[in-house]
Amino acid sequence: MRRIFTGGGTMIGISKLKNFIGVQVSRNQQLSYLGRTLYKYRWLYIMMLPGIAYFILFRYLPLWNAQIAFKDFKPLLGVWESPWAGFKHFTTFFNSFYFTQLIGNTVIISLLKLVLGMPMAIILAICIYETAFKRLARFVQTISYLPHFLSWVIMFGILLVMLSPSEGLVNEAIKASGGQPIAFLYSPEWFRAVVIGSDIWKDTGWGTILYLAALMAIDPTLFEAAAVDGASRMQRIWHISLPGILSTIVVVTLLRLGNILDAGFTQIFMLYSLPVYSVGDILDTWVYRQGILEFQFSLATAVGFFKGVIGLALVLTANRLTKQFAGSGIYS
Amino acid sequence: MRTLTKSWDDIFFQFLVNSFLVVLLVAILIPMWRVFVQSVTPLHYIDTKTLGLWLDPRMWSFEAYKQLLSHPAFVRATTNSLIITLGGTAVNMALTVPFAYALSNPDLPGRKFFITMALIPFLFSAGLIPTYLVVQKLDLIDTYWAVILPGGIGIYNMLIMKSFFEGLPEELKEAARLDGANEVQVLWHVVLPLSKPILLTVGLWYAVGHWNEFFNAILYLNDSDLQPLTILLRNILLAANINEYVEYDAFSSAPVSAFRAASVFLTMLPIIIIYPRVQQYFTKGTLLGGVKQ
Repeated sequence: MRRIFTGGGTMIGISKLKNFIGVQVSRNQQLSYLGRTLYKYRWLYIMMLPGIAYFILFRYLPLWNAQIAFKDFKPLLGVWESPWAGFKHFTTFFNSFYFTQLIGNTVIISLLKLVLGMPMAIILAICIYETAFKRLARFVQTISYLPHFLSWVIMFGILLVMLSPSEGLVNEAIKASGGQPIAFLYSPEWFRAVVIGSDIWKDTGWGTILYLAALMAIDPTLFEAAAVDGASRMQRIWHISLPGILSTIVVVTLLRLGNILDAGFTQIFMLYSLPVYSVGDILDTWVYRQGILEFQFSLATAVGFFKGVIGLALVLTANRLTKQFAGSGIYS
Repeated sequence: MRTLTKSWDDIFFQFLVNSFLVVLLVAILIPMWRVFVQSVTPLHYIDTKTLGLWLDPRMWSFEAYKQLLSHPAFVRATTNSLIITLGGTAVNMALTVPFAYALSNPDLPGRKFFITMALIPFLFSAGLIPTYLVVQKLDLIDTYWAVILPGGIGIYNMLIMKSFFEGLPEELKEAARLDGANEVQVLWHVVLPLSKPILLTVGLWYAVGHWNEFFNAILYLNDSDLQPLTILLRNILLAANINEYVEYDAFSSAPVSAFRAASVFLTMLPIIIIYPRVQQYFTKGTLLGGVKQ
């Protein structure tokens, strides 16, 4: 019994030792393997260094700074030393009268842009695809894509040239027909129409690109077969073209819904003014005014953080739905 | 009978489609045309008549352009825009290309980690103020760097470039490696010469972004000597008194409205001139992203 016991004990001891040595060896091997791999790819890592530095400085340091949403930020104390404040700034915002107005304006402007802009882009894409005059089609493409590349400052200039009460073209027409000039950009009744209209003017052409690509991918024999069967042009669009681009429509819609809290910051920032805050002020413009103009750093960051969290949830949901729908997501 | 109805259907349909295209074309061109007409209207004309859309070319006056182009503030702002556009695009490419190339190597250890690292801030952005604090902390305010560096790598641009690199034939890179080339040499001598389309696409996107940059300039450039054209344009458009920004000659034969329109037209001119020549690269880039979907 005793021998067996000792023997057993020794055996356990040896196997432990073996195990120990074994692990040690394989760790060393792993380490040197890791070292060799890192060395093998050293040039690639060196090439990534500036990019990594960029991400740390300009993408992750801001994420770290976002903690001031939960603090009372004092510039003299810095981000880390400033005292914690819990959810104070969030509750201030949720209880303020701005909350509903800002969320409302943001969502309404986003949705109207989507609901009114998208059908325009789809119709334009179908017209470009269907026209018998290919040169006209190409010309329309070139011209209609162009405004996409104009900044909102230029757009503001163009809008003044069109809508200014004193010298704008539209108001010239109104005056010529005996009406009173309208200050479109400063009137709460008209402001949203200007925002959505100028967005459609700027981006309808550019929005056709994906639909056109989807239309080009439809098997042309489908149209021929339908024509032989006596389908009218409209029927062919309804039963072949639209189903053919349906998946693109769904994906684009989901993506846009995922970004619904981005109602077009630079556009609104450029076009709005005090008289139209009630209908035009959105989350982003409010954050800018509170943070940069009023120095309410923590409050502005909290609202930005809130927007970021909701936005993240929406984008991830949209991406999941897209995956289910189209078989693959955008970020995978 | 059947062919007759079909052809009527066709004709009516073509009429509908082409009318829509022409109406749309007119709707897009009218505002741009009006900007131009307004910019060449002489003072004595608008005092007497409504401008509308047509001005006899014999009446055109380029006085507003002459004044703008010779004005130091305008020249300064244009120079700044050029510096920011060219310098910014160079920085973008220097950061994006090597990063995208490294990530395009499927064997790179830690590849997934770095891709995730790039995607997280894309999905959850910290917002305006936290980024502002970083730029402030790094002492970049009132330097060109403040408008160039924060957007150094566009995640989307980086990803389409990465997938382009992934699509290049592996054998070519492998052959260069066997010849003793390191990865920097492979990128420079093998990959980049094959990547002209994607370099142009991404480079042009960055360049347009910089030319149109104005929000970061408002945030970070208080020194009027550094401000780009977009800021000057905004000031000219918003100013109740245009003299605050550009000395406006009271005896000028160009009205203030022409002056404003001319500054709008000059700012969009580079885009109008360059864009049609490079259109294909823009659409290609968008489709590359679209295919990924």
